[in-house]
Amino acid sequence: MATGSDIQDVSMEEQLERKRRPLDTFIVGSLFIAGAISIAITLGILWELGSESLLFFTDEVVSIGSFFTSTEWSPQAGSFGIWPLILGTLLITFIALLVAVPVGLSAAIYLSEYASARVRNFFKPVLEILVGIPTVVFGFFALTFMTPLLRSIFGSTVGFFNVLSAGMVVGLLIVPLISSLAEDAMAAVPNSLRQASYGLGASRLETSLRVVVPAALSGIAAGIVVAMSRAVGETMVVTLAAGASPRNFSLGEDSLFGYILSPFEGAQTMTGYIAITASGDISYDTIDYNSIFAIGLTLFLMTLGLNSLSRRIVKRFRQEYE
Amino acid sequence: MNDTTETLSVDTADMPPDPTLTAAPTAMKNARETPEEAGPGVIETKNMDVFYGDFKAVADVSMNFAFNEISALIGPSGCGKSTVLRSLNRMNDLIPTARTDGEVLYHGANIYAPGVDPVEIRRRIGMVFQKPNPFPKSIFDNIAWGAKINGFKGSKADMKDLVEGALRQAALWDEVKDKLNESGLSLSGGQQQRLCIARAVATQPDVILMDEPCSALDPIATLRIEELMLELKENYSIIIVTHNMQQAARVSDRTAFFNVELDTKGQRTGYLVEFSPTDQLFTSPKEKATEDYITGRFG
Repeated sequence: MATGSDIQDVSMEEQLERKRRPLDTFIVGSLFIAGAISIAITLGILWELGSESLLFFTDEVVSIGSFFTSTEWSPQAGSFGIWPLILGTLLITFIALLVAVPVGLSAAIYLSEYASARVRNFFKPVLEILVGIPTVVFGFFALTFMTPLLRSIFGSTVGFFNVLSAGMVVGLLIVPLISSLAEDAMAAVPNSLRQASYGLGASRLETSLRVVVPAALSGIAAGIVVAMSRAVGETMVVTLAAGASPRNFSLGEDSLFGYILSPFEGAQTMTGYIAITASGDISYDTIDYNSIFAIGLTLFLMTLGLNSLSRRIVKRFRQEYE
Repeated sequence: MNDTTETLSVDTADMPPDPTLTAAPTAMKNARETPEEAGPGVIETKNMDVFYGDFKAVADVSMNFAFNEISALIGPSGCGKSTVLRSLNRMNDLIPTARTDGEVLYHGANIYAPGVDPVEIRRRIGMVFQKPNPFPKSIFDNIAWGAKINGFKGSKADMKDLVEGALRQAALWDEVKDKLNESGLSLSGGQQQRLCIARAVATQPDVILMDEPCSALDPIATLRIEELMLELKENYSIIIVTHNMQQAARVSDRTAFFNVELDTKGQRTGYLVEFSPTDQLFTSPKEKATEDYITGRFG
């Protein structure tokens, strides 16, 4: 604090002069570097994926064209068509969403609109514990509980490795993601809207389903997309429960629902192939080894697409109440 | 539920028999002249106390709200006037700790009797809130929605008529008729509040509660809402909470003054000081506290 005598010695211009604050500069610089590191890592991964993929695509055995069009993935036979792996990934993601969206959304509606504070304070942490369980445990759960259960229901048409079991367990895995993101979106709906609805004589269910959920829809949709990209990237459960053979198919010849889209057959996913190949005894600089980078790049682009989709949805959501 | 829309017509004198709300169709023709002698009004509270947990927010409120009048509730902050308003259509039920003792009679039926469905109460006693709160839906859907959940089963054309009628009653039709599909949130604050009034009107209640409906609006928008209230009272009974004494003086037929007192434990409990015809309350109040408040000596 400047006292009267200080003011006499120092001119007002000097008192008002901008002070140097070296600590501030240092801290702001550190924060910037921390932010920059995550960007640098992403770029590094992209560089690695890109350059290794280039090795793969420039190999005379494969062409970019057949990689993106062929429906056969048999590295031993020199066929590198990514569609069987994409098919496996999409089947499992679809089944997972079929399980996770209704369950996650119902849980979110219950927690946000019905549960008392006490129930909510109990359920939310429990749901979040699910997130903390290692996925390998979920994988064993799929293999030793879900698959036998499905086989006892549907009989031996269900393969030992099958996408239904893997997909359902991946679904359980992403339920907490959907429920907590959807609940956040619904909790952000202003109470004045609920009051308006009750004031018009709406019941609690009408208010929840027809006012709160629509108002939170963009946030809910963004949550589903995030969960979807989590399902696309899930590795351990699918490696354990969906098997290690790509579902090679030929459109027109194979039965669409009997084989190509059948939930009872096994199928390798993109992540499953990468995990097995990377941890196997394939030597560096072989075409098999390089193929995992091409798949990784495809996967990266898929989840990048999903994430930017969710960002776009959230952006719309932000404008909703203004 | 189709008969709900039917029975809640503007003519409140012939309320139909209802399992939960037995009507008391007394003659109300001279209600406006002498509300005290005219018998029970549309809503009557008898020794009503409202608690939030252990805290007594208002004590011993007995009032008689007449048909087709505007009744204003005024008083200093914390006097419980909003609490009283919100207990008249059981909006307080949404606060888990809230409890209401005593009786609130709507057409003679106690709305706090066991077995009464608060949803049925709110369909008959609509509400307009302090801050305009249109749904993030189109202007059309904002109004159609309330009618739909109230069992409206007419054709598309009927719904259009209903929406137009409600918007006309809320003096908003001319401003929005060309943009019914735009979001209700695209309107100005005053327009949004009139949209909320139209939305309340569209469910065909017979009482409309308004909780400081103009406090978020500029003076011109406020004036429009006030004009609107005077038109609406031909068909509805209106109870309004306001901070603005001039507003109460301008629009209301009768005014209730609430005050707040500190009890021995330091709790602030609101109570009704007097409920008189508006001109009388503002010119020759019965109570000293009322006079002090309206002359600006406190509050």
